[in-house]
Amino acid sequence: MAQAAAVAKPPAPPRRRRASHAPRGLPYLLIGPALLLMLGFIAYPVLSVFYYSLQDYNPTKPWRNGYAGLGNFVRVFTEDPQFWDTLVFSAQWVFVEVGLQLLFGLALALIVNQTFVGRGIGRALVFSPWAVSGVLTSAIWVLLYNSQTGVSRYLADLGLGEYGTSWLSDPATVFPAAIVADLWRGVPFFAILLLADLQSVPKDLYEAAEVDGASRLQQFRHITLPHLKDAIILSTLLRAVWEFNNVDLLYTLTGGGPAGETTTLPLYIANTSVDAHDFGYASALTTVAFVILLFCSIAYLRLSKFGGEKK
Amino acid sequence: MITKEAAATAAPAAPRAAAPPPPRPAPRRRPWDEVPRWQIYLPLGGYLVFTLIPFYWILLFSLRPAGSTSLVPWPVTFEHFEKVWTERNFAVFFQNSVLVGLATLVMTTLVALAGGYALARFDFRAKQGFLLALLCSQFVPGALLLVPLFEIFAGLRMINSLGSVILAETVFQLPLSMILISNFIKNVPYSLEEAAWVDGCGRLRAFRIVVLPLLRPGLIAVGSFAFVHSWNHFLFALMFLNNQDKQTIPVGLNTLMSADSVDLGALAAGGIVAAVPVVIVFAFIQKWLITGFSAGAVKG
Repeated sequence: MAQAAAVAKPPAPPRRRRASHAPRGLPYLLIGPALLLMLGFIAYPVLSVFYYSLQDYNPTKPWRNGYAGLGNFVRVFTEDPQFWDTLVFSAQWVFVEVGLQLLFGLALALIVNQTFVGRGIGRALVFSPWAVSGVLTSAIWVLLYNSQTGVSRYLADLGLGEYGTSWLSDPATVFPAAIVADLWRGVPFFAILLLADLQSVPKDLYEAAEVDGASRLQQFRHITLPHLKDAIILSTLLRAVWEFNNVDLLYTLTGGGPAGETTTLPLYIANTSVDAHDFGYASALTTVAFVILLFCSIAYLRLSKFGGEKK
Repeated sequence: MITKEAAATAAPAAPRAAAPPPPRPAPRRRPWDEVPRWQIYLPLGGYLVFTLIPFYWILLFSLRPAGSTSLVPWPVTFEHFEKVWTERNFAVFFQNSVLVGLATLVMTTLVALAGGYALARFDFRAKQGFLLALLCSQFVPGALLLVPLFEIFAGLRMINSLGSVILAETVFQLPLSMILISNFIKNVPYSLEEAAWVDGCGRLRAFRIVVLPLLRPGLIAVGSFAFVHSWNHFLFALMFLNNQDKQTIPVGLNTLMSADSVDLGALAAGGIVAAVPVVIVFAFIQKWLITGFSAGAVKG
């Protein structure tokens, strides 16, 4: 940094020098590698999913492969109750997870943005689950939830609940149990992002508000929240997409069970393609999921007036 | 967003320095400092209990003998670690995961740095379209592309080679990494680079000695994201690597979990092995991720 400051001392030259230093092909050369990788490993697979969605394609039943028209899509919407079940569960999962993560994440960010003794270590500890993977999260919560030596056993020792309770295999408790496990590693994501944004709120604003006699709640409502608005919209959207698509945690924690109780749409798709080898139908499901996701995202950005209040 | 301030302080604008700065008012007690202490420590303490119990739990299970129900890991045993490391092949998984993580880190950072620089510094015809494609790619679920990706890698004869996982991880890390890096570069004033050109530097050299040092926080953030993500990611490794000797730690953990009767001690020890590198990375980037980002630190 000091080095850069030293370089900065000579007065800036006129802007038009820029052109002479930018050979025309350079930007394309620079984005070339990224573009190639994304074309080959994102664009092409996406297109092939669209293509397969119109085909009957099952490597284990080659005699039935061929053009299917919209047959797969008709099957998705009219003959497949599991599609609707898993879609509804996905919506529940995303809504509850993102809502709670935002709530706790914002509260945590506000708290660790204060000045207090032990702030550094407090932040480090609070944020630490952020780096933990879905599979490791599952492993940890499998240990916590197991019926023999998990938390329920010690609660039973204290007279709370019964011995041998397994929250993950009871349809009544599996949803909250999985939600809590995912919250554990999801909240720090929001806390970190929102904390970074909180720190860019100009301090003078609070000082001015203080002079004007605004209460802390008013300051939060009229200074902090408006400032965080775009960050909140963007982070909730990204997180919602991520929570929808991510299958690591549920795949390893519950496997979609018990009795399909916690199967999200992507998990169902993965099972359809990987276990049942029904690639054509899985591709149709993927296409539908993709369209739903895109549509919801656009609607969300429109309704929330993202970026609307910027100058 | 953060480096804007960092860059601003790092490079004092020459014209502004000419006028004498107005005298700063004596530091006042800010409203921010006046929150009652219990309103901080009580909720924070409560949340910390929720955060730390799971960590303690896995440590406890990994260190106490099988069958014990003691709530303190005493006497300590390392049998679970020995078992996981040798019998359950975690030594190999660990090696593979490190390889995948480091390779993904290097590839993602380099490719994203090049692309990010183009996005930050040039206006070119395809730029808007490219940015849109980057954004759209965020909605493409990697998990739903497993089948076509599998076919591509099969065509490239890369199934069962770590290269497939490295490529796939890199590709799905790229869009966000590139946007992040381009934002970081935008926050470095272009005039710094121009000044270096005037002093006779070529574009590449100016980038290396002027921009790159200022990008350190950004590069560390992007690189460690790439490492942590690929270290943690599970599905690609599960799908593309069938051979026991090629698998990564998350797949190993899943194998432990999906056994008919789960060996909890081994699972806990495996979890600790999975967590250690990530914890080290986290401790390392913390400074940049959190403290380095704080306005106080930037204001100095």
